[in-house]
Amino acid sequence: MKDATGRQQVGRLLVQEALLGTGGGLALQDWRRRHRREDVQRPVILVGAGTCGLSAGADKLLARLRDACAGKDVDLVEVGCIGLCSEEPLVDVQRPGRCRVGFRQVGAGHVEALLALALEGRWSDVLPPVLGQFRQEGLAPWEDQPWLDEHAFFAPQTRLVLADCGLVDPDSIEEAVARGSWSAFARLVKQHAPERVVAEVEEAGLRGRGGGGFPTGRKWRLAREHAGPRVFICNADEGDPGAFMDRAVIEGDPHRVLEGLAIAAHAIEAEEAWIYIRAEYPLAIRRLERAIAQARDCGLLGERILGSGMRIDVRLKRGAGAFVCGEETALIHSIEGRRGMPRPRPPYPVEQGLFGRPTVINNVETLANLPALFRLGAKAWRALGAGESRGTKVFALSGRVRRTGLVEVAMGAPLRLIVEEIGGGVPEGHRFKAAQIGGPSGGCLPAKGLDLPVDYESLRGAGAMMGSGGLVVMDERTCMVDVARFFMDFIQKESCGKCIPCREGTRQLLAILDGMSRGRRREEGHGALERFQGVMGLERLAGVIQDASLCGLGQSAPNPVLSVLRHFRAEVETHVYERRCPARVCPDLLLFRIEEELCTGCTACVKACPAGAIVGSRKAPHHIIAESCTGCGSCQLRCPKGAIQVD
Amino acid sequence: MAQHTLARASSVENILARHSGAGRDHLIPLLQEIQEAEGFLSRVALRLVAAHLHLPESKVYGVATFYNQFRFQARGSFPIAVCRGTACHVKGSASVLAALERELRIAAGGTTRDGLFSLEVVACIGACGLAPVIAVGDDYHAGVTPSQVPGIVDRYRRQAQEQGRALEPVAVDAEEMLA
Repeated sequence: MKDATGRQQVGRLLVQEALLGTGGGLALQDWRRRHRREDVQRPVILVGAGTCGLSAGADKLLARLRDACAGKDVDLVEVGCIGLCSEEPLVDVQRPGRCRVGFRQVGAGHVEALLALALEGRWSDVLPPVLGQFRQEGLAPWEDQPWLDEHAFFAPQTRLVLADCGLVDPDSIEEAVARGSWSAFARLVKQHAPERVVAEVEEAGLRGRGGGGFPTGRKWRLAREHAGPRVFICNADEGDPGAFMDRAVIEGDPHRVLEGLAIAAHAIEAEEAWIYIRAEYPLAIRRLERAIAQARDCGLLGERILGSGMRIDVRLKRGAGAFVCGEETALIHSIEGRRGMPRPRPPYPVEQGLFGRPTVINNVETLANLPALFRLGAKAWRALGAGESRGTKVFALSGRVRRTGLVEVAMGAPLRLIVEEIGGGVPEGHRFKAAQIGGPSGGCLPAKGLDLPVDYESLRGAGAMMGSGGLVVMDERTCMVDVARFFMDFIQKESCGKCIPCREGTRQLLAILDGMSRGRRREEGHGALERFQGVMGLERLAGVIQDASLCGLGQSAPNPVLSVLRHFRAEVETHVYERRCPARVCPDLLLFRIEEELCTGCTACVKACPAGAIVGSRKAPHHIIAESCTGCGSCQLRCPKGAIQVD
Repeated sequence: MAQHTLARASSVENILARHSGAGRDHLIPLLQEIQEAEGFLSRVALRLVAAHLHLPESKVYGVATFYNQFRFQARGSFPIAVCRGTACHVKGSASVLAALERELRIAAGGTTRDGLFSLEVVACIGACGLAPVIAVGDDYHAGVTPSQVPGIVDRYRRQAQEQGRALEPVAVDAEEMLA
């Protein structure tokens, strides 16, 4: 785009020099400083342009900024997401000699004021709210502006994987290298001791971040026991609803993921590497494609890597939307062009994987951990975390908390730190009820679970799971039966249908949960009897699914239901015995009525009711016919007087 | 109608020609490319793909129906995607979906008879911090409530009318609509 061929060659040389340490001296230092944006020659405006930022309005903002900046002495750069989704769109301004300062909730109306600040250093009242300024030695700070690293959302975090997300231009390999990307890989290539790479990862105790938590080093070692050619696959098929860390890391810092991939491929001496990525992430795919091309240009991927005899051929494969493809054997089938159904193991993929060859599959976040691990060294990296869970974990925090976004903490930190300090707790006037952790394979933890440390074993012990790291906070407005039903509905649809316990079992579980939240008016024949029968057999059925399913999807499918039963039994029983939904969510169990004194007979509710369940004459109080009401709540939304009550 | 089918076949054949000598592992990329070009997978397209890869039609159909990405029906001019991720669910996306179904008088997965709107459910758009989210074409709408749904739909209806039923969705200012 901005590189002419000449510049490209210079860039390539500089990147290689920086990595190999052949050059050196002042020129290189200057190059590094410039690309780290430690200081800038001319003002820069940086826009957070991840998928999340764009959907919050950064796309329109960018278009306006592009027009406004044209022909002016200012650079406009798109960066990834810094992780604070709830404050998007985010824009940073950096002036020569001054600290970079970030703004939140920026709208198209702020363009002029931002430009005035960038060009003339002029602060005004019409600027958007400040998020914080970035600490940088040697630069003059802005007076009276808060520091970003003291912000409640960022201060308690330990950012290794997300360190450069939102700071680095994801389309620039120079910036990535200046910030240290690819340096660990360059060193490992020079040493050329793949065996030692494996040993170091084993020593660090890195475990898979995609869900299972299998020790990464051991997986590599197992694959090395089988004769090549071996294949490496990066699993970027983030299908877990409620998780978006892989997307954000790829969009914000693709070179970190690629470097991790290169290290892993080197460790198992694979010359063929695949990245299996969700087709629903078009921006991540674009950025990754560009990053792969740049890395190839600089001799970091492809043939004769950094002048050695090493070769890594990276190919992108777009997934087609199937949750089960997170399972290793299913993912392999999908790349091979088959239905993504798991097969019995053994043989494990490390023995017989893609096209029958020994294959290692690692998740994006696992790979993104590798560069930091090798830069810090196994010992220093291992110092983070506790017990068998080492390093950091990224969580996608969403739901009913004040601040949502991507959070990275050292493992072993209490869940409370994430929910209450970083997330700011549930909004005022509401009460924390549960945290759903680990997505459809995980579970819901009640308030007392907030003191649990986030590590693989503690979470599993409490009936949840690390999973990929989706963390959804719920308050008293959330019905736990409805949440269990939501996950069962998801799993039931995503079950591949190969083995019967999962295919039929999840269907039955869903039917039982449906029965719990079905109102009497829709129960026919022996409906009530079947409801009780289902409830009584629920736990047994869940046990059968766990024991008899073929793959991890089925084996963990009952987890959301079981964790709800374990921690929220009273609420489930209220649904079953009293036929009430305490959170007033399950529409069938709601009884709507009109407060006669408040109703003015405006007939707004009559028009809104899709079931024709509201009767009454104009200017006189109306009534709801309970038998016809479907509990959709449309009337309540339309009533100008707030006369419609729920019991 | 016949002409339409022919036109479709030729565009599929163009794509197939670019994958000459392809093996089975090209099946999913091929289907993806065809869907990108055509909007959906027609019966003709599936037959051509099967012949090209020397696979039984049943296998091609089996793979195509396995994955959520593939559609077998044309989309509306304004395809509406409702995110049903966990965060969106907790913040009420079920009632947003129900409101859309009521407003458009179609179920999720369907297309309105005038061909203007199609409604689909997606597992997760990945914008969980802005839940609940719906996407109309390329426009994202964040923090949608059921009561906003008729307004949003009307906006696109009017837009279609003004342009004599536009075939391509045109951006509408999301901020303005959410205000």
